[in-house]
Amino acid sequence: MSVLHGRGYAAVNYPTGMNLGGDPSQALIHATTTGTFVIALSSTDLGQGLKTVIPQIAAETLGLPVEYILLDTADTDTGPHCMGTFASRATHRVGNAVIMAAREARQAMLEVAALELGAEPEELATDGSGFVFVEDDPERRIFIVDLALAAHFKHGRTLSGRGIFLKEHHDPVPETGEMDPDSCQAHACTVADVEVDDETGEVTVLKLFNVYELGRVINPALVRQQIEGGAYMGMAHALYETTEPYYPKRDHLPSNFGEYVLPGPAEAPEMESVVIERPSSTGPYGAKGIGEMTANSPIAAIGNAIYDACGVRLTTRPFTPERVLRGLDALKS
Amino acid sequence: MTELIDHDYFAGDGDDLHVVGTSVTRADALGHVTGRTQFFEDLLLADCLHLKMHRSERHHALLKRVDVSGALEVPGVVRVLTHEDVPENWYTVLRLIGVEPNDQPVLPEDRVLWRGEPIVAVVAETEASALEGAARVEVEYEDLPAVLTMEEALTEDAPIIKPHGANCFIYEGHPCRRIRFGNVEHAFAQADHVFEWRYESEPIEHAPVETTGCIVVPQPNGRLKIHSNTQAAFFTLDNTALIIGGPFNRLQLVGGTVGGGFGGKVDVIVEPIACLAALATNRPVEYVYSRLEEMQVSSTRSAEIFVVKDGVMADGRIVARKVTCYMEAGAYTGHTTYGVTKCAAHMPGPYSIPNVWVDAYCVYTNRTPTGPMRGFGVTNADFALETQMDRIARALEMDPLELRLKNAYRDGDLKAHRKVAEGAALVEVIQRAAELTGHELAEEYERMSSLTHAGVGV
Repeated sequence: MSVLHGRGYAAVNYPTGMNLGGDPSQALIHATTTGTFVIALSSTDLGQGLKTVIPQIAAETLGLPVEYILLDTADTDTGPHCMGTFASRATHRVGNAVIMAAREARQAMLEVAALELGAEPEELATDGSGFVFVEDDPERRIFIVDLALAAHFKHGRTLSGRGIFLKEHHDPVPETGEMDPDSCQAHACTVADVEVDDETGEVTVLKLFNVYELGRVINPALVRQQIEGGAYMGMAHALYETTEPYYPKRDHLPSNFGEYVLPGPAEAPEMESVVIERPSSTGPYGAKGIGEMTANSPIAAIGNAIYDACGVRLTTRPFTPERVLRGLDALKS
Repeated sequence: MTELIDHDYFAGDGDDLHVVGTSVTRADALGHVTGRTQFFEDLLLADCLHLKMHRSERHHALLKRVDVSGALEVPGVVRVLTHEDVPENWYTVLRLIGVEPNDQPVLPEDRVLWRGEPIVAVVAETEASALEGAARVEVEYEDLPAVLTMEEALTEDAPIIKPHGANCFIYEGHPCRRIRFGNVEHAFAQADHVFEWRYESEPIEHAPVETTGCIVVPQPNGRLKIHSNTQAAFFTLDNTALIIGGPFNRLQLVGGTVGGGFGGKVDVIVEPIACLAALATNRPVEYVYSRLEEMQVSSTRSAEIFVVKDGVMADGRIVARKVTCYMEAGAYTGHTTYGVTKCAAHMPGPYSIPNVWVDAYCVYTNRTPTGPMRGFGVTNADFALETQMDRIARALEMDPLELRLKNAYRDGDLKAHRKVAEGAALVEVIQRAAELTGHELAEEYERMSSLTHAGVGV
């Protein structure tokens, strides 16, 4: 009876956007008299961080601090259409729509600033500080709050913009499957270190090495959250999760988290994560989708590590202790 | 914690960005950790009614008699709803993107197709009386032969459980979504090795902390305000309007804060019937799944089967890959037809293989309808493909990362679905993973790049 160690590998790609396209999202943006730009959407944040990265993208395009951006989302009376949050599409689609809206709003902002500063809009610049200034003479500048007040009460101008992003729908060719399914592809490689107890069949994931390429990273902390949270979910898929442990039998459906077994904090493995950036030509600032893919490569990496540890090749997921033990028995006989 | 981003790969622009690329604090973090985030169920309304379902106890059966009189006698029960109360009872959620036919009833008419299928909605003053009312509904069944596995469903003499005449979705005249690229049979004949293995995956629950639900509130102007945790506000609004019978602008959907979705909250199951209950009673109605319902009757990730056959040369080049996959829809199409096409588009994984054949089936069984889940069509496929790669490496006694690098797709490669690859980076994530784990690669693999076809491979 012993604890056996193994290492396994898996490498994957993942598409961004609703398969085959045809999934628009819109954004509207306007400044109030507070000099704050409000983004109106009908998009949903599932916890992945949309309410954070969309203001970041708008702030970047407007050239303003993120503190001067507010997000108002997910009311179909006040927010323009969005197809929804799925298919790793939200950052890509909504991000592109917000850039388009923010560009229009920025142009309006520069035009009013030009009137206030006695310059041409093309001569103006921003540096993320909240000031619009003459590029060759930075002392001539106006703060966004003063600029918004002037736009509203002096010039009768709105600081606003409209944005939409649509990847047009393409039907696959029925005979060959020729199609244009995605906007870009993200990539990952997972290396899993596991130990297998050959007496109990229990598998412990000791460490996961996660390497990702996601285009441009909008927010490194949120990307780490997605990578490590997703890796943990992938580990759960690999070792624990099934609604029907004797599938296809229908008589063991779970009714609570006592019966639907998930790993707890004690099972969370050590992780080391690295991201490399190859900005996408289609994404907002080059971002690709990372919403879904992070649970994928850990599954095979863990299964391959189990084989490396004990010689049992598991071809049915999840890799339960029972399946490991049956595999070990088969090796002995 | 080590620096997340390694700028040594694909070094380029980005230095003039101010906000993009910085770790701005999550907008919802403080609300979540202090318990102040408002979820839909935090809306407390004094006159809110509760909806619970009486559900099928059979896998496949005719409904001979449905008697709701017992439910109506329960104190607190205000109303029951059957299929007769649903104006446009037959639907399929992806009709919004052109999928046909409408194969799913909101509430069944003459038969049930899965154990757990809702039959009668009971609306009551309290959750307890709604549950009691639902328990008092009496249903007389006449069992029909049930099909409980995908393999059984596709056998020739299997009972056909769907009115369109097949136990699989029909893709433009084909029983499966197809990819045909090159000539796999010719390549198998030329290959040094042919490996064929099978992989299976069981259903997975989305397991959100917050269960699926909504509260529908009739407005003074006659409109309905839907407070929902849907992942897709307008998708849910449009599907709901079609079921309850327009006009679309009678509905307002408010949401955007979701306690875990993972794909399970794109199903549009709770909102339409809750809207009808609110219209029938002119009172707010809450329909939220219990944990048991979330686990037993909400959709799951499909069970899937993959048979992967590869033709491989002695040096590790994969010259042909034939994939037959089966994705279980359960009793109704739902989103599975989409997931199957996405799965086919994903094949043969991140590799450049000159001959690819895919038959991807969307299979109906008398089981809980499945739904989209994180990595729809891809997660289980990657389990199969990447286990297959490990087995090939073992069989050829090759380094597992070098086998992948040898076959990795790069910029300019024509994919099996005939799109030219761009923005590839599989080579680099593998190289970086090797570096991270002290895994030595032969120099020819160290030198590879996604940007060029120089070096290993073709």
